[in-house]
Amino acid sequence: MHQTLEPIMAEQPFLKGLDAEHLQLLVGCASNVRYEAGQYLLRESEEANQFYIIRHGRVAIEVYTPNRGPIVIETLGEGDVLGWSWLVPPYNWRFDARAIELTRAIVLDGKCLRSKCEQDYQLGYELLSRFLQIIERRLQATRLQLLDVYKD
Amino acid sequence: MKTDIGTAGPGRQTEPTLDDPILPRMFQVRRIFSETADSFSCELQPSDGEVMHFSPGQFNMLYVFGVGEIPISISGNPDKPKLLVHTIRSVGPASKAIRRLKRGDLIGVRGPYGTGWPVKGAEGNDVVIVAGGIGLAPLRPLIYRVLAEREKYGRVALLVGARTPGDILFQRQLERWRGRLDIDVLVTVDKAPRSWRGNVGVVTSLIPKIRFDPATTTAFVCGPEVMMRFTAMELEVRGVPTSNLHFSLERNMKCGIGLCGHCQLGPYFICKDGPVLGLDKIKKLMALREI
Repeated sequence: MHQTLEPIMAEQPFLKGLDAEHLQLLVGCASNVRYEAGQYLLRESEEANQFYIIRHGRVAIEVYTPNRGPIVIETLGEGDVLGWSWLVPPYNWRFDARAIELTRAIVLDGKCLRSKCEQDYQLGYELLSRFLQIIERRLQATRLQLLDVYKD
Repeated sequence: MKTDIGTAGPGRQTEPTLDDPILPRMFQVRRIFSETADSFSCELQPSDGEVMHFSPGQFNMLYVFGVGEIPISISGNPDKPKLLVHTIRSVGPASKAIRRLKRGDLIGVRGPYGTGWPVKGAEGNDVVIVAGGIGLAPLRPLIYRVLAEREKYGRVALLVGARTPGDILFQRQLERWRGRLDIDVLVTVDKAPRSWRGNVGVVTSLIPKIRFDPATTTAFVCGPEVMMRFTAMELEVRGVPTSNLHFSLERNMKCGIGLCGHCQLGPYFICKDGPVLGLDKIKKLMALREI
């Protein structure tokens, strides 16, 4: 029997409180994915057409530098959302994301969602509001990281 | 000699006098060992055999003869006071001189001073302990005490942030605590090589990953002041009452007993009214750049 992703998605903190109609629209753009440890979910400069809600496992966000190799900027885990480049032109990833351990996630088709948001501004507002909170939290965290508070 | 120890707060009564409050007691070094590349622990035993009892969160003034005196939080187990343990970062002449001491060497100790963590006040509550860098050291006695009386508390979580994996204090102990089923231990680092399989990110990013009932949670926080401010914001946003947030502050402590005023923060002497203070008392003061 085919099991819909709706109940699983409704449980995700990122989507909590979304009205049923909008959740249905998202379910239509979603599928389950699985990555083994070491596999990349996305690579820098590739086209960004999706985002992930991590259900299980852990993912490292990395930036590659020629002299120092890949640097882990942040790790994400259960319930975290990965990727917002699909929202911003030119829709290319700005970093790599690699599964540190076996990772299961829901992937949402960003192209599909962008067109749905164009037709339904309420859905667009709901999604952007939620992404804005994630972006704000990560910006604050980055500022704190930049301060290198443990150095002195 | 009898000395009145000073007062800082408005309307505060004069404290009882102490005998020779500036005179250190002699302790012998039992063991000194590295914790990380730039920090170490030293175990001391009283030369006169009289153990020093202390409350979690209190500090001592450690005096290296001919070099100087520094305030250092006690990092040992309050229920095993025979061994006085301090964990120190080697940054200045006195701390570096302590690092060079050998077994049997003498060191002067004044204390214990200051307020401790209000452990009793947290009974019945969920407990969230947030440590940044060397800030785990003053929190360790609190963790020992909470775990020794585990049945008195609700959920207990320990969140630890460090600069790199190599800078994580008490790693073996953290692993042992993580092995217990009655405490959540989460560790994160700001920077890590690819070989690190743990969390990377600031310590505040761990807060959403733990379960606690904000209204009945007591939080104990120690680390760099900026990190404590961010932690307070995150916990307050989640609904932890300001009066349940407790910080351990660091200031330029000299006398340790509220006489000299070097560590004054507004109406408080951190050495005497602190180092542990509730956020409700210091929130406005922490935002003032002039002090």
